[in-house]
Amino acid sequence: MTFPESNDRRKKIGQAVMFGVSKGISYGIVALLFLILFFIIKQGIGVISWEFLTAMPTDGMTKGGIYPAIIGTLYLVGGSMLFAFPVGVMAGIYVNEYAVSGPMKRFINMMTNNLAGVPSIIFGLFGMALFVNQMGFGASILAGSLTLGLLALPIVIRTTEESLKSVDDTFRQASYALGGSKLYTIRKVVLPIALPNILTGLILAVGRVSGETAPILFTVAAYFLPRLPNSIMDQCMALPYHLYVISTSGTQIEASRPIAYGTAFVLVAIVLIVNILAALLRNYFGKKVKMN
Amino acid sequence: MRLRKITEPVFERLIKICGYSSGFIVLLIVIFLFKEGISFFNLSPVDEGSTLWVHNSNPVKELDAAQIKDIFDQKIDNWKAIGGNDQPIELFTLDELGEAFTAEQLGPKFEYLPKCIDSYMDSLPGAIGFFPEKQTVGLLKSAKEVEVDKVSFSTFISDTEWFPTSRPAARMGIMPLLLGTLLVSFFAILFALPLGLAASIYLAEIADDRVRKILKPIIELLAGIPSVVYGFFGLVVIVPFVQNTFNLPVGETALAGSIVLAIMALPTIITVSEDALRTTPRAMKEASLALGASQWQTIRKVIVPYAASGITAAAILGIGRAIGETMAALMVTGNSAIMPHSLLQPVRTIPATIAAELGEAPFGGLHFKALFALGCILFIITLIINLLVERVSAKRR
Repeated sequence: MTFPESNDRRKKIGQAVMFGVSKGISYGIVALLFLILFFIIKQGIGVISWEFLTAMPTDGMTKGGIYPAIIGTLYLVGGSMLFAFPVGVMAGIYVNEYAVSGPMKRFINMMTNNLAGVPSIIFGLFGMALFVNQMGFGASILAGSLTLGLLALPIVIRTTEESLKSVDDTFRQASYALGGSKLYTIRKVVLPIALPNILTGLILAVGRVSGETAPILFTVAAYFLPRLPNSIMDQCMALPYHLYVISTSGTQIEASRPIAYGTAFVLVAIVLIVNILAALLRNYFGKKVKMN
Repeated sequence: MRLRKITEPVFERLIKICGYSSGFIVLLIVIFLFKEGISFFNLSPVDEGSTLWVHNSNPVKELDAAQIKDIFDQKIDNWKAIGGNDQPIELFTLDELGEAFTAEQLGPKFEYLPKCIDSYMDSLPGAIGFFPEKQTVGLLKSAKEVEVDKVSFSTFISDTEWFPTSRPAARMGIMPLLLGTLLVSFFAILFALPLGLAASIYLAEIADDRVRKILKPIIELLAGIPSVVYGFFGLVVIVPFVQNTFNLPVGETALAGSIVLAIMALPTIITVSEDALRTTPRAMKEASLALGASQWQTIRKVIVPYAASGITAAAILGIGRAIGETMAALMVTGNSAIMPHSLLQPVRTIPATIAAELGEAPFGGLHFKALFALGCILFIITLIINLLVERVSAKRR
């Protein structure tokens, strides 16, 4: 109290400095992201051409395109969502609409959290032990898709649960009052309102799955397979594994650098497109639901 | 209406089953991981069917994997060092038979092989022989089989050497891998936590809503970039940077790994600690401001302490992410399974080891099972981390 003025000034200067520092760090992190994106886009964009996207790799993967890897990733993403989407949405419905709060619900939530926290290489080990060996699928699109589907499951469950939670209870009560059963209410009232948010979650899960490498290492990914897969019991190439392979192994790492930059560019482009799509969807439907 | 009475219960049953799916999958993961992992213990570290023999007069009855490797690496050259007589150790493998005996002596179909080995072993009291198949050797009169200590959990945990494919005996100690993982993850969090905390304070308390709405999705985008892209970026940008800055022979080091994993842990840390900071009750903030504290003092003395457990949870979650990260660690840490001494040397993490070696390990063999055991260790670590986070955040409520 003796020198209120100087104390006050010190306080102000201290605050200004700390605010500046935390602001600087925040923008620094954003700048870092842009640096990574810019670097990969700048190095990769020159490689991208119609031929790069639609041709087979040639010359020990130093020339040609990445067509089989793109197709392989599409198969894997599609296959994993075929499993994770219905199961995950139904699990989300159960947790939010049916499960009564108590130890059982807490247990389910804990298990979903645990599943989300399991490292991706563990999914790879598990997929190899269960799908590839025990069930005898071998290294195949089927085994890889199921493994990736397990990894995507907690994401779908979480987003479904959150989306359902945000649906106002009055909608449900109105439906019950009109004689709708529980399932009928969920199907006709709750799900349509929550659908945009659920779809956003699905899109984000697609983004996650398309870039995962560790789960497919031993379950499906082929080092070099310059043809398209014939069936779901076939191996296939995949974008993230392709990037790993051509940037770390092989004898011509330098020669295949352009291909690596191009592959990284495609992966980053998928992530950007997926995130922008999700943001647009959320914005567009977010407004629409509010109006109702 | 009647049809619905039949289909509805079926659907509701299906929904319930799916509801339990995550618990079921976690259970399956535990079963399959541990089934393979546990069967690793009590296996012999030498190849199946292979045997070690010493001269009858040799008092050594038992050897462990470390001693066998040292003997065949010629680091131990006298039996005295491992409790035998004072005599030099003579290594003897099947390859040497070709030099010691002529083709006629061995017989056209190697039918005299056991006899040859027998007479050879007999002439060398200090010999130790390693023969791949018992059947080809038969029982020797001049030599006796040495018992090899089985792989035990304690050597798996405490041994400091990881040579899973070395012969005659593999050494599988996870110490270098465990320490490598912890070293890389610890420094990743050391780099990421202050930055992440500062950013979360800025987002939660300082930035106005408009700025926050722009920055938040951008930072979350960091979490969406695939780990293999981070690994690639680390390989072409951060690895050369580390190499040039510290003048190293190779840039693939623990430091490069820590930097890349720090970037990857940032979005987790920021999101979780921002959420925690936001839960501070308005009344507490306003009480502090009303007492004349500045906004920064309020942040430092009221908001951050209030959110401490949430920030702890963020740090633990970040460590968990870093420990489990596979591809980026595999691509930038240099993959050398030796005991780490400094940040500026190549190390190897547990997930990177699994990813790098499983493809080459023969199915169902010793090495294969060792990697599953490694997976069990990793799973247990992440489970502990998840439970810790659960506990820390449960305390808040």
